[in-house]
Formats: sequence, structure tokens, C-alpha cells
Amino acid sequence: MVGKARLKEIAELALSAARADQTEVLINAQDAALTRFAANTIHQNVSETDISVRIRSITGKRVGVASSNDIREASILKLVQKAERIASYQQENQSIAPLPEPQAIPEVDAYAEPTAACSPARRAESVGMVLQASRDNELIASGALSTDVQETLIANSKGVLAYHCGTLADMMTVIMSDDSSGYGAGTAQNIDDLDTNAVGRIAMDKALKSKHPTAIDPGPYTVILEEDAVATMLFFLGYLGFSGLAVQEGRSFMSGHIGEKLAGDNITIWDDGMDPRTVAIPFDFEGVPKQKTLLMENGVARNAVYDSFTAAREPGRSSTGHALPLPNTTGPIPINLVMQSGELSKEELIASTERGIFVTRFHYVNPVHPVKAILTGMTRDGTFLIENGKIAKPLKNLRFTQSILDALSHATLSSQQTTVKLGFGNLAACVPAAKVEGFQFTGATEF
Amino acid sequence: MREYTERALDIAQGNGATYADIRIVRRENQNITVKNGVVQTLSLDDDFGFGIRVIADGAWGFASSNRLNPEEIERVSAQAVTIAKASALVKEHDVEIGPPETHIDVYKTPFEIDPFEVSLEDKLDELSAADKEARGVAGIAVAESSMGFLRETKTFASTEGSYIEQELIESGLGIVVRAVGEGEMQQRSYPNSFGRHQGTAGYEFVKQWDLPGNARQAAEEAVALLSAPQCPSKTTTLILDGPQLALQVHESCGHPIELDRVFGTEAAYAGTSFLTTEKYGAFRYGSEIVNIVADAVTPGGLGTYGYDDEGVPGQSTDIVKKGMFVGYLTSRESASQLRKTHPNAPERSNGTMRADGWNRVPIIRMNNVSLMPGDCTLDEMIADTKDGIYMLTNKSWSIDDKRLNFQFGTELAYEIKDGKIGQMVKNATYTGITPQFWGGCDAICNADHWNVWGTPNCGKGQPGQTAHTGHGTAPARFRNVQVGLM
Repeated sequence: MVGKARLKEIAELALSAARADQTEVLINAQDAALTRFAANTIHQNVSETDISVRIRSITGKRVGVASSNDIREASILKLVQKAERIASYQQENQSIAPLPEPQAIPEVDAYAEPTAACSPARRAESVGMVLQASRDNELIASGALSTDVQETLIANSKGVLAYHCGTLADMMTVIMSDDSSGYGAGTAQNIDDLDTNAVGRIAMDKALKSKHPTAIDPGPYTVILEEDAVATMLFFLGYLGFSGLAVQEGRSFMSGHIGEKLAGDNITIWDDGMDPRTVAIPFDFEGVPKQKTLLMENGVARNAVYDSFTAAREPGRSSTGHALPLPNTTGPIPINLVMQSGELSKEELIASTERGIFVTRFHYVNPVHPVKAILTGMTRDGTFLIENGKIAKPLKNLRFTQSILDALSHATLSSQQTTVKLGFGNLAACVPAAKVEGFQFTGATEF
Repeated sequence: MREYTERALDIAQGNGATYADIRIVRRENQNITVKNGVVQTLSLDDDFGFGIRVIADGAWGFASSNRLNPEEIERVSAQAVTIAKASALVKEHDVEIGPPETHIDVYKTPFEIDPFEVSLEDKLDELSAADKEARGVAGIAVAESSMGFLRETKTFASTEGSYIEQELIESGLGIVVRAVGEGEMQQRSYPNSFGRHQGTAGYEFVKQWDLPGNARQAAEEAVALLSAPQCPSKTTTLILDGPQLALQVHESCGHPIELDRVFGTEAAYAGTSFLTTEKYGAFRYGSEIVNIVADAVTPGGLGTYGYDDEGVPGQSTDIVKKGMFVGYLTSRESASQLRKTHPNAPERSNGTMRADGWNRVPIIRMNNVSLMPGDCTLDEMIADTKDGIYMLTNKSWSIDDKRLNFQFGTELAYEIKDGKIGQMVKNATYTGITPQFWGGCDAICNADHWNVWGTPNCGKGQPGQTAHTGHGTAPARFRNVQVGLM
């Protein structure tokens, strides 16, 4: 861990050397370690110490960006000059928004010393217990246990100074037999709160129960989607539709439909960077505090998220604190998504299903038609037939091609929300499980 | 660099490593994007550091840092050994990496024009010209043209005596245009979708693909797609253009032949493979005309390099010969493992271990996995097709975790009726099962149509790694394919 004082020193050095009208310094530092296992042994065990400094220089209507991971004084000074030189080459860009003014930023306690201090031996011990249980059951385990310390500091020439330090411990595993697999995962700020054995048990239980799967014809089915599958759908809603840039460019399902009913009455979705059930960070990559933003309320499209660039394109609009490092072509995105829960437990959702398919998670999901929010992907690591309110037998995996908005128009949500970390940086969502009527399976595979 | 590499290897061995290697890597990236007439991004990124990989107590360890100095070398080298010894606490067997690889060499990407010496002004002029051409077409909502350049210098040294210096240069470019209607957004890309087409080449690559000269056609197609009818849903004959076929090869051949996936070491994340070892040399992957080669030596290919990140020379390997599956992409460790069940398998790795920078451990990655050309022209292929669909340029992709069931969508498609190109259709998709699909391949265009397409965004591994891969393809025809699923 580098610490706020040293990161601030680097930022001040850069800002004091800057000659541009406006300058922004974005610093990310990380100490990351990951123990990866497969075929019941540790096969990749890695650690990384890195720090990156990114300078954004704005002179008039010209902007330039340069980054480096060399933090020696002379290198920082050269980096500032490089960003300013790049800006000077540019034509004027009338759409450039000024850098944000300072705002009060709440603090989030996201650091846990046990995670930061976790040794390779402790990770190996935790992994070892999952591997042993897997061997004892004649199964094969694979997965990863990671412990990260991440620091972010953003400062600009208008006086913004934002610093955050967070830790994250994350475990995921796929446990397999010859013809089955099961999945388990867990995330915690403090590794002492991460029950790695429970993660392994859930995966092992599914691997054992999904042995000898049978094929089922594709078609529309009632499905019970576990939280991981719901989180994947929610991530794509955020990526495809809840970005202010996507709305402005007419490629969002919300473009021209704000205030209209797009999903069921029970669907309420918001983004909250302060919610500890997601990977909380109180500000965005411009140092703007994250606002809790209501995206969909009782099925009605309410708001998108904005950064300073997209906000400046609409009169009266201000940033909601959802910027990625600017400038970029991706636009702002929500990365702390929460979906309102329902009233029935997951078990009650299953019990209420006469015939349906239970889905543990999805694999390799991608948009087919972004404006209609149609996705395709496969089921994976625990797919089961439900008959008469009970898990009846394991199934071979299926391909779905389905509009998420249509799915959320026919969904019943479970009462318990779970944090799901998605495989993209620190993206995490807090979601319930869901029962969806008429979910479209369009193909099947051989296992 | 030798003072650092020798120090790192000595310290690793002194701490108990039986094998160690170090990679010192610098990457310089230049990225430029012009969007709707303004320069949206213009950045120079510099990244430098080193990674040390060791075997100690029969297990792997890896540690890395961005600070190259004697003290940090000492710390990181010792840390790699400590991590390896932790790995060994739960090992089932000792790591074996086969016979030693000892090479002392220098490799540099051949190029005509150093892209980092071309002025930003010239690059911006080229992108702005393409942008203007595209937005000159009525109905275009967004035009986004971009260039990207990479210079990667890396030094590899190992306790087996290797010392290899490489300089890899890449150049890439692309334009994507979008037209928007009510509830509909259509896009066209040139030369390829998802950002850009890229190769190991200099700025001559940018000139060759002539972005301004092709932007207008892409824009006109995007606008026309808005009013085109939906792709019909049926089982029919499918012709794929080179870029779409490149992704088909990537997903349904390139990934399942990665021997680490076959042995389960990617099972939890990317998945495994249907091409299990009992199929090695004994499985019909495709029809008699399907020949697939993996190589790191095709000039200009995005998967072209001198040595992989284990210090093994880049080379060429038959993967599918006359439809039969005959080869994997291997590492030193996985090649050794394969020989335990297949004693006639090659003793040495075929050199496909690559790492995404200094702070990642090398894993098996595709180099240039290419479908070899056939013997007809595209006109002949279409004239010989009574009823079918011609699909161009990828828009959507998905495949299961053993690489069997896939579904792709393309930006553009045309019906084929009685040997002629018919009407344009939109939102085209097709789906299938890998061996059946390749078994239905009955025609491949000749070498005049063949090009190595660059895929600069292949994800794999934990922590995540992005690889740059190449895929040589010419348009090909497939019988009895389900199309038009939405």
C-alpha cells in the first residue's frame, strides 16, 4: 500500500508543473495477489505491485492524455509535458466540458487489514481445504482466490482531491465430475468474513447433484434464475441502456422512453456507490461524488447516469458521478447496481413452479439486439429441471436468446439479495434471484 | 538489462528455485479516436515492469513489480519463490516442463514506416477524412474512426541460459458508423468490427486499408440496413465473409485447441474443451477440405512473433488436416503432460505461451490460427449456391464453455437466390454445433481472397489477460445451417 500522503505528493508535483488551463491527475495503485487452482492443484499463483499515473491536460478546447507507471519525479514532470504537447496538436473540440469543481466527498470505510496482509500460505491453506474436499468426493476443483488492495487518488487544478483505499477478497470455484459441474462464489471486503469452505460446498453440492444430465428440447420455459444469472442480466442493462451516452446516441432502450413502463411493477433498480453490498467507492474517475441514482422504478424508466461530458450536452444536467477515465467513447456506466427484492424466498419460488428450469449462472453472454436488450448466452455449472415444485433432475446446458426487458416484465423476485461480483474490474451487483415466465431457450449443447 | 536479469535469476535460485525466468517489458500505446468530427481521445500510454516466474518445491510462483531496481528485484524474486513454496503445500505432483530451451537471439517486427514517427497531424487528417466521408451520408448518427499503435520491447532470460530481446510493432485502424431508427440501431464497420483491424506492421498497414476510401460505403450500408427486412429464420446454406469467418475460427477452433483448456486449467473461467486428448489424431473436426494451421511466422499477422514468453521459438503447427484434428497449441508443461498419454506427441512446446504484459503469467494463447484457402472465387461460390444467406462482419458472438454450441450475429447479410446476391437483410444470426458446422463446409475461396484478420481483444485467464491474435481466412460456404434466430 502506497498511502494517501505519497499519492497526494505525486499529484501535487504534477499539478505544480502543469502549464495547461486545467489539469487532472488520476492515480491508481494496487497490491494484488491471486491463487489460481485447477485439476485439484494450484497451477498459477501470482502477485503484482503497480501504480499508474494518468494526466489529462486541457488548454482552451484542446485535451491531451498521457499515462505511465513510472513515478520518479523526472518522469512525472515529463508525463505532464507529454499530455500538454498532445493537447497542443489537437483541433479545438467544442464539446469539451470543464473539469469538475470540488465537492464534499463522503468517506467509505472499505479497508480491512486481514485482506491486505493475507499471505500466499493462507490463500493456499484456504484453497487446500476446497481441493481436499473435492478429492474426497472424487471431483475436480478449479477456481481462484484473490486478495487485493486498491488505492485511487484524483486531483485537479480546480481543487478536487479525492482518495479512496479499499480491499477485496474474492473466491470462485467450479467443481466438476466427468459429466457435471457446480459453481460457487463469494466476495468480502475482509477475508475473515469470506467463508471459502462454504463457497466450495455449494459448488460441490451442485456438481454431485448435476451428474448424469439429460437433454431437454429448447423452447419457452418458466425459469428460476439464481442471483449470478440475474446480476449478469442487470450488468447488460447497465451497459446497454443506463448510460447517458447510450441514451443521447439513441442506442439505449431508454432513448425516447424515459417515464415509460418498460418492465414489471416489481422491478426497481438503482445505482449507489455508497452501498457496501456492492464494491463501494464514493467518487467516480473525475473525483465527483457518486449520487444514488434511481434508474428504473416500478418498471418505469427514470434516469440514466452521467459524467461531466454527457451532462454538459444537456441544459440543466449535472454529472451523477459515474465517469470512467475521460475522455472516452464508452460513456458513463453504473457499477454499483442494486435491484429491489421481492417477498418469496428462493425455495418458495421453486416450490411455486409446476414445471421449469433452474439456472445457476450464464456463460458468454452478449447482446444480439442492443436497443431491444436482446441477449444470447449459455447456461452453465448447474442446470436442473423443476417438476411439481421440486428439483427433479439435472439437465444438459441450453442456449437462451431473450430480451431482458421482456424477462423483467414477467418476473417474480426473491426476498433475499446477494452480492455478485462480475468478472469486470470491481463491478458488483446486489440482486435477488428471479422466477421468469416464458424465458426463451433457443438451442442446446451436448453436455 | 543483463545485470537485472542475472541478479533476479541468481536470487531465485539462491532461495530454492529449480527453474526461473524473468521478463522485463515496456509497452508504448498510442490511441486516437475521432468521433463525429472531433478528436474524442488522443492518448500516449507507457507501461513498464518486470515479472519473475519460478518453480520451487515442484510448484509455480510468480511475482511482479513496476519498479526495476536492485532492491525491488531482490524482493520480487524472493516473493516469487515464497509463493511457489505456498503452491507446493497442496500440490499433487511436481511440475515438469520438458527438455531445456536455450536461445540467445534478437527479433524485431519487420516494418516499412515506424508508426511512432508519423506525425499526429497526418494521423488526425486521415481519421478526419474518414469521419467526414461517413457523416456525409444522410442518416448517420455516429461515426467513430480510430487508430492504435503498440511498441512492445521485452527481454526474456532464464536459468536455462536463454537471453532473448524482442521488439514487436503493431498498427491498427477502423471505423464504425451507426444509423438509428425507431427501436432500431444498425452499424457497419470497416475493415473489421469491434474497434479495429490490426497487424504486426508499421504505418504502411494504415495506408493499405484506406479508411477514407471505404467509409462512405460503410455508412450507406448502415442506413440501408434500417429499412431492410429481418433475416428469415430457416435452415439453409450459409456463406461467411473473411472477417466473420475469422471469429468463427477463433471461437470454435482456436480456443478448443488450447491444451491448457483441455487439461482443465481454465475450467473455472473460460471453460474447457470438447477436443479432449483421446480425440488427438483420431477425430473428424470438419470436412475433407478443412485445413487449419497455427503459426507465429506469417508476415504481418497479429499473432506473429519471434519467441513466446517461455522463450520458445515461434513456429507453425498443423491443427486440422483434411478435416482430421491433429494438433494442439501447447506450452512446455502441457506438452510434457500430453506425452504421458501420447508418447508420439511432440516433445517440445510449439511456442504459444504469451503474457499480457510484465504483470501477468504466460498462458497458452492463439498465434495466427488460420483456415487455409481453397480453390474457388467468391463469384463462383455464390453462382453455385441456389438458396442461402451471405453474412458479413461480426456483430454478436457467444459459445458454450466446451466450444460446441455457438451463435453469431453479423452486421450485414444478403439473401442468395439462384446463384445471385439478393436483397439485404438485417439482424442476421446463425447457430450450430462446432464439428457438425465444419463438417458442412463444402467450399473455401482461393488465396486471392485470403487475409490474416487481427483480433486485438481475446480475453482469458485470472487475473484477466487480453491477447492479440490473427486468423487467416477466405470466404467459405457451409450447408444446412440454422439462421435467423432472434
